[in-house]
Amino acid sequence: MSELATNLRVVRALGMRSIRQTFRRPQLMAPIVVFPTLLLAIQTGGAGGAVNLPGFPPVHSFLQFMLAGAMMQSLMLAGNSGGIALAVDIEMGFTDRLFSAPIPRYTIVLGRLAGTAALGLFASLWFLAIGLIFGAQIEAGVPGALIAIALVTATAMAVGGIGAAIALRTGSASVVQGLFPLVLVVLFLSSAFFPVELMIQPAKAIAEYNPLSFIVEGVRGPIISEIDVAELGEAVLAIAGIVVLGLVLSARALRRRLRVG
Amino acid sequence: MRASIGVALQEAALDPLMTGRELIRLQATLQGLPGNEGKRRADDLLERVDLVDAADRRVGTYSGGMQRRLDLAAALVHEPRVLFLDEPTTGLDPVSRKTIWEEVRALNDEGTTVFLTTQYLEEADQLADNVGIIDSGRIVAEGTPESLKAQIGHPHIQLQLAEGSVAEAEQVCARIGKLLPPKDGGTVLVEVENGAADIPRTVRALDEAGVAVESLELVRPTLDDVFVAKTGHHLEKEDGAGAEPDPVEV
Repeated sequence: MSELATNLRVVRALGMRSIRQTFRRPQLMAPIVVFPTLLLAIQTGGAGGAVNLPGFPPVHSFLQFMLAGAMMQSLMLAGNSGGIALAVDIEMGFTDRLFSAPIPRYTIVLGRLAGTAALGLFASLWFLAIGLIFGAQIEAGVPGALIAIALVTATAMAVGGIGAAIALRTGSASVVQGLFPLVLVVLFLSSAFFPVELMIQPAKAIAEYNPLSFIVEGVRGPIISEIDVAELGEAVLAIAGIVVLGLVLSARALRRRLRVG
Repeated sequence: MRASIGVALQEAALDPLMTGRELIRLQATLQGLPGNEGKRRADDLLERVDLVDAADRRVGTYSGGMQRRLDLAAALVHEPRVLFLDEPTTGLDPVSRKTIWEEVRALNDEGTTVFLTTQYLEEADQLADNVGIIDSGRIVAEGTPESLKAQIGHPHIQLQLAEGSVAEAEQVCARIGKLLPPKDGGTVLVEVENGAADIPRTVRALDEAGVAVESLELVRPTLDDVFVAKTGHHLEKEDGAGAEPDPVEV
């Protein structure tokens, strides 16, 4: 078996463990599925009239508009949960077991990110299914749905990189968990739950430059209208930026952890 | 080098949410074993450490002894040439401790070099071919258990005394043989050259001096005595200060 194939097996095995860990620990699973689903239900039920506001993008329903936001919330919290799980591994010494194994250290981070990406995939399928069940349409059809799924999955992995970097740097689950409110702030200061055009300053200015807004629009576009290549390109660039940031920070944090223990 | 060593740490770093079988299979993957071989090896090891019935239960439900056995199995998955065991029986019940001892002996018989740290000197005596005693970060003695005990030489009499009799007993015993550092405030240890033959005169001397003795025992040299002789103190908390003793390497 080639070295690459062996390393991919390791990443897959660690990714599977990460997924099982999330599904077996309700406190990790709840923020990914339960919380965003409830918020989606509450917002859709309570603020559905927002679609009639002047300047609101043309949509069939508020649910159709909100699906991208719910997916984004879910994947952001999946990244946060992945970071918490990695920090728990550090706290209980499980990463020492991984460090003592004859594997490249980067596979430890990639395994965790693979698991987070799988949770992103799950979240995208979950919310698309909910949307379809409750009458939302995917305007760009199957290709549009596939684009949304791919973007959400990739973003989950990218955000997971940031979570992993913080976990590796601090080694503390409570510190990573403490970022939960910050995740929500970043989310609310994007176009996830409300169109940027209807925001007021300074939130509007922040949301316009928030990388998440570009990703949200990339996911939302195929759901509420047609595939827009420019919009899609901006989303991919934003994801790539977060991926690079996450990987650089993770690599530095990993090196430091191996050096200082 | 990482492929040729196995490590089981004092705190078994096990994921409580995984099952025992999942953990061993993951360890097999980490060690680069192909899928089928990893499964076969996991089954063999679970049988070897007597965890077949619990293999599909989550590790969080295991007892301390089961977790140590699972940790040991994980360390063995790639058949390492050198195995590091960090206090593998600390906190275990006697039955679990015996199971680990048997497994360590079997591994050593099969050709695995076992580097074991322990604070149980009896464990070192039972298992080790070679013992190194570390005190305050320095190796103060090294050799086979028998050679180390031979350095101590003579057995000693251990007296358990009634309250207030210690000073008087020490005066008497100093005439019989060399006094050794006591284990606690109520005991006196005196080295005797002739073993059991020195007991009658010791008893007579104590009786004549009116020393109240609760118990008397002849103790042959053990690694504990070696430790006392080499370090000047016992492998126990000292002076009630709660200091942790230094480990013994085996």
